[in-house]
Amino acid sequence: MPPSAGSQRPPGAPGYLDGLRAGAPIGIAAFAFGVSFGVLARSAGMGQLAPVVMSLTTFAGSAQFAAASILGAGGGVATAVAAAVLLNLRYGPMGLSAAAALRGPWWLRALTAQLVVDESWAIAQRDGRIDRHLLVGAGLALAAGWVGGTAVGALAGDLVADPASLGLDAAFPALFLALLAGQVGARSRLLAAVGGAAIALALMPVSGPGVPIVAASLACLVGAWRP
Amino acid sequence: MTAAWAAVALVGLATMAIKAAGTLLVGGRTLPPRVQAAMEHLAPALLAALVVTQALGGERGGFAVDARLAGLAAAAVAVAFRAPLLLVVTVAAATAAIARALG
Repeated sequence: MPPSAGSQRPPGAPGYLDGLRAGAPIGIAAFAFGVSFGVLARSAGMGQLAPVVMSLTTFAGSAQFAAASILGAGGGVATAVAAAVLLNLRYGPMGLSAAAALRGPWWLRALTAQLVVDESWAIAQRDGRIDRHLLVGAGLALAAGWVGGTAVGALAGDLVADPASLGLDAAFPALFLALLAGQVGARSRLLAAVGGAAIALALMPVSGPGVPIVAASLACLVGAWRP
Repeated sequence: MTAAWAAVALVGLATMAIKAAGTLLVGGRTLPPRVQAAMEHLAPALLAALVVTQALGGERGGFAVDARLAGLAAAAVAVAFRAPLLLVVTVAAATAAIARALG
């Protein structure tokens, strides 16, 4: 591809709409969990506006749940922030792997990188790289669901049934499994998957939440290893 | 400033910095081949870890076995039959919901 074709997509390449479409079902699950986060955060004494601002700026479900429940239990700001940051450290390696796909001036790239969450990053995988259109489309679908759900939960309360009773908590591992299945064709990638799962399983009983996922990213080093 | 707003500001700033770090450090440069090769193996490594932690993780760390595992098993069957993504996710949620309803 000539350098000038950087912004031209080859025919058949995914566009923003494809990302939106792929992200929409998970965006619905994110909405339901956003409602629960809004309800939890309000009952934890965060008020109505702070949870919405948090969903907009932090935009990372598990870290927000952790921070809100620690605040609600009287755990203090430092503990809440430490737990949330630990959970979000995985966005370091994820952001690095997305870097090659981002375009434009530094502020636009930094802004686009905010759309990286587990689900959008996973959906945006194409041939071992990140597709920017899929990342942005899926990221916006997820953000709309998550922020909208938080607002509903924080302002109006529990209008939606408990997401767990709808089985929505099983939707996330299922999504990751389905996307993983398309990733492990080559032997070295299968090895990386087995390694990542093994590291996570080994650390889960002994470390706090967040650490197993960050540590599992080390399994990507099998790709750099050459005999 | 209340504790809630302090937490929102600190977690938000830290998370935005973590997410932006990769692109701000690397910019448009192409990574060395070995680093690029490692990055191409990050997806399987992290996706496998996410499957494990999201299906088996307890609320405060450790393991918790519940209806999510039934949902994941159903999803695995759907994946084996090459079902589209939406169907896989729906089957998993429905199975977990039924498993929970049955108690």
